[in-house]
Amino acid sequence: MLTKTPRNGKNGKGISRVTELPRISTITDTREILAHAAREARQDNYFIVDVDAHVTETAFWSEVVDRMESDVYKQMARAFKERGNAPGLMNSTPGMLFQDVAGRIPHQQRLGEAVPGGHTHAQVTLVQRAMDSMGIDYMVVFPTPMLVLGMHPQIEMEVVIGNAFNKWLTEEVLPQDPRIKAMLYLPFNHPEASVKCVETYADNPSVIGFSVTSTRFRAVNHDSYMPLYSAIQSSGKPLSFHSGFHWGDQSMQQCNRFISMHAISFVYYNIIHMTNWIMNGMPERFPRLKVMWIESGLAWIPFLMQRLDSEYMMRSSEAPLLKRKPSDYMRDMYYSSQPLERSNIELTEATFKAMNADTQLLFASDWPHWDFDLPSSITTLPFLNEQAKRNILGFNAARLFNLEVPKHKQLKAKPNKTPAKREPVTA
Amino acid sequence: MEEVSIGKLTDIADGDYRVFAVDEALEVGIFRNGSKVLAYENVCPHAGGPVCQGKIFHQVEEIITADKKSAGLRFGKQRHIVCPWHGYEFDLATGCHPGDPSVRLTPVKVAVRDGQIYVSVAKPE
Repeated sequence: MLTKTPRNGKNGKGISRVTELPRISTITDTREILAHAAREARQDNYFIVDVDAHVTETAFWSEVVDRMESDVYKQMARAFKERGNAPGLMNSTPGMLFQDVAGRIPHQQRLGEAVPGGHTHAQVTLVQRAMDSMGIDYMVVFPTPMLVLGMHPQIEMEVVIGNAFNKWLTEEVLPQDPRIKAMLYLPFNHPEASVKCVETYADNPSVIGFSVTSTRFRAVNHDSYMPLYSAIQSSGKPLSFHSGFHWGDQSMQQCNRFISMHAISFVYYNIIHMTNWIMNGMPERFPRLKVMWIESGLAWIPFLMQRLDSEYMMRSSEAPLLKRKPSDYMRDMYYSSQPLERSNIELTEATFKAMNADTQLLFASDWPHWDFDLPSSITTLPFLNEQAKRNILGFNAARLFNLEVPKHKQLKAKPNKTPAKREPVTA
Repeated sequence: MEEVSIGKLTDIADGDYRVFAVDEALEVGIFRNGSKVLAYENVCPHAGGPVCQGKIFHQVEEIITADKKSAGLRFGKQRHIVCPWHGYEFDLATGCHPGDPSVRLTPVKVAVRDGQIYVSVAKPE
């Protein structure tokens, strides 16, 4: 603990047995917030890859803005900043500020903790604190407010901001710690700029893939994207669709509560993109392209498998590129685990079985966001054997992203303790 | 079990709460209500978060009129401790989640004697 205050209640040796723990706020150190997670992490020896965590690019916005390619956009960004943070150049939606449940979840509001100055970038320090607390070996980082940038009505804005973010991440953050990796931001509303992004970063060892933020109204099967998919396939690195929400989307405006909109939208966007991806035969067109679906949970997967299979068997003429059932293609793809639904453990088990989770599922925390998961979300699942847990926590990701597994974690030994008695109740 | 003194009752303002660790054995939140105290383990039943280190909010209620229309939200009297990890809320009086009482905080045996607060802790082996 970092800020315990010694109290009375001494033991026989005169050493205080009682210490006070602080209330958690927006300035609490990440290591204090995650102290309970660190206790769990110290008790086992899993190799863990967190395939979806987040940096907060707006906390370092001036560094991103400095890397914008146009003086006009730089000036616009700075002018917005002078008037406050939201919505700013990104035109981000008010839903963003609802996430912390009106102040109930401080780490979602802000990580305002003290970080030492010096050579190590503050964002790197924050990521390292989270990794070390949760016992994570590699963390793959994505942006935060930029997750809705695909809804910006100015297409060139996505290019300007996306490119500047990628430069900032690859110049300031990734070089400082080889354990931090990224699937870079594709300015997807501009297909040619997206290809250029792949060409620029395909050989960067810290860039382990490329990502589309799913919150957008672009059909992923549009012909304009074929050069992009070819380029990513040639790079050998995966393509991911990272979902999100947007309360400005007219469909989502039917929901009058943030909880409703948030629960549906993360699934909604990836359901649409997955459906277009499969029915237009993208897996047949790009058979070597590895595809991952991020932050939609898992419950949608068996639903969509059954739904698409049923319709396909009756209307196969409308999806002529398919040589197998839709669910077969879905089982070839990869999925991140968070937010893992486990309020009905039998349904969770059936979901894992339907999607071949042992080989296709990858652990994700989503830290520091309000609905983050810990490695214990996997280790405490009662139906998984030890090998499956290890695959999901890290080995599946090591295989997909070609990550080196430290020698001392290559062993498939059992953890050196009995499992935690706590059984998380739901998520 | 053994009793360990964690401080004076008057160290906690009426209606307030503080959180303590006793050795490595127990983290406990002490919630004062007048001359009485309640104590819960500082472990959220959801994911193990430091629930008692969160904030207290009054329960949010929705006002429904006689003709079943919504007349907005208000704070009720019930006080909830909110886990800072994920926002799970628990009624301080019962320790239960408002929507699923089977999800509840673990109470800790606590006593106040001569103005001192004592909690029961498992004896070190």
